[in-house]
Amino acid sequence: MADTAEILSGLAEIVEEVAGIDTAEVTAEKSFVDDLDIDSLSMVEIAVQAEDKFGVKIPDDQLAELKTVGDAVSYIEKNQ
Amino acid sequence: MTTFRLPPSVPGARIVGLGSSQPEHVVTNDDLARRVETDDQWIRDRVGIVERRVAQDESLVDMAVEAGSRALKDSGLTTADIDTVIVATCTMTAPIPNAAAQTAERIGISAPAAFDLNAACAGFCYGLAAAADLIRAGSARNVLVIGAEKLSDWVDWDDRSTCIIFADAAGAAVVTGARDEDEIGVGPVSWGSAGDMATVIRILEESTNKLHQEGQTVFRWATTRIAPVALDAIAKAGLTPADIDVLVPHQANLRIVEAVAKKLRKEGAREDMRVADDIVHSGNTSSASIPMALDHMRAAGRIRSGEIALLVGFGAGLSYAGQVVRVP
Repeated sequence: MADTAEILSGLAEIVEEVAGIDTAEVTAEKSFVDDLDIDSLSMVEIAVQAEDKFGVKIPDDQLAELKTVGDAVSYIEKNQ
Repeated sequence: MTTFRLPPSVPGARIVGLGSSQPEHVVTNDDLARRVETDDQWIRDRVGIVERRVAQDESLVDMAVEAGSRALKDSGLTTADIDTVIVATCTMTAPIPNAAAQTAERIGISAPAAFDLNAACAGFCYGLAAAADLIRAGSARNVLVIGAEKLSDWVDWDDRSTCIIFADAAGAAVVTGARDEDEIGVGPVSWGSAGDMATVIRILEESTNKLHQEGQTVFRWATTRIAPVALDAIAKAGLTPADIDVLVPHQANLRIVEAVAKKLRKEGAREDMRVADDIVHSGNTSSASIPMALDHMRAAGRIRSGEIALLVGFGAGLSYAGQVVRVP
């Protein structure tokens, strides 16, 4: 089981690979859409990779609720 | 005991001709932005499309006839040689009569076996698989397979999530028998369906009679489930990913195309494998997209006769099918 810091850094690596955003930019308070300019299709790619990496399920309706990086980290932490 | 006689079988099948047809009228992203809330950059970023063709006067059968005639001419065969015509389509406005018989008649093919096949965007690969096996079994000698779609009849032009994607076209291939193993040019099909996801791409009969697509769900399915189908098609043919010269996935969305290519490269496909990007100027034309992309790439000199192409179609149903072919 990954802890909060490990999930954040793992997620940041995924975001970097999918959307080309530097891992240092991917911090808990950032909004995927408004701050990081990540679109809905990239969010799906991030979710798919996060599922593989952390052993969680992130269905599309749940995905829509994950507004910030912090939302995603706590969802993964709760559901892993 | 009465026994049935069956026709002699042949070693396999191969594609000997390609053709395609698009309507004259070009619709740009700016044209769409005047009708719905969208813009050129948004469309390019999401789906990779710059422009598409939309039929004004051309019917679905008109496009099928033109693509089929061009493929026949390219093959060097004559109308008298063709004994079977398959039209893969999901966009006829009426189910009766079918497209195949009238298309054959207008091309000048006399009394062939003729039927339509609906596997949506996987339709061409389904049709090609059927054609190759009809030939191999001796039921047909030369088959004209056409993917023809007039999606514009079914698109909701006020729905910005779909009207930016779909377009009209036809693409065709002539399939004939291989005389020996070395001549075989259509590999075994890898195909299937996911009926549990039937509703994610559907016609909204209860209200608008227009096409509806759950974009994120389809994107997730296509970017995760289609590369394995492609890899299975390669393995079934006894090849490896490194053998593939050109990847021609259904032109659904450039980002799906790129995701499939990336996965195949992780499995050993070459960096110099060419990847079809016909969607950029043609839009998503469902069953027409694969044969049309092959035809366009060959015409542009991006692929050569004899090269190994990997085809993989996927779409409503959900349905999917892929096979390797030798470029004619």
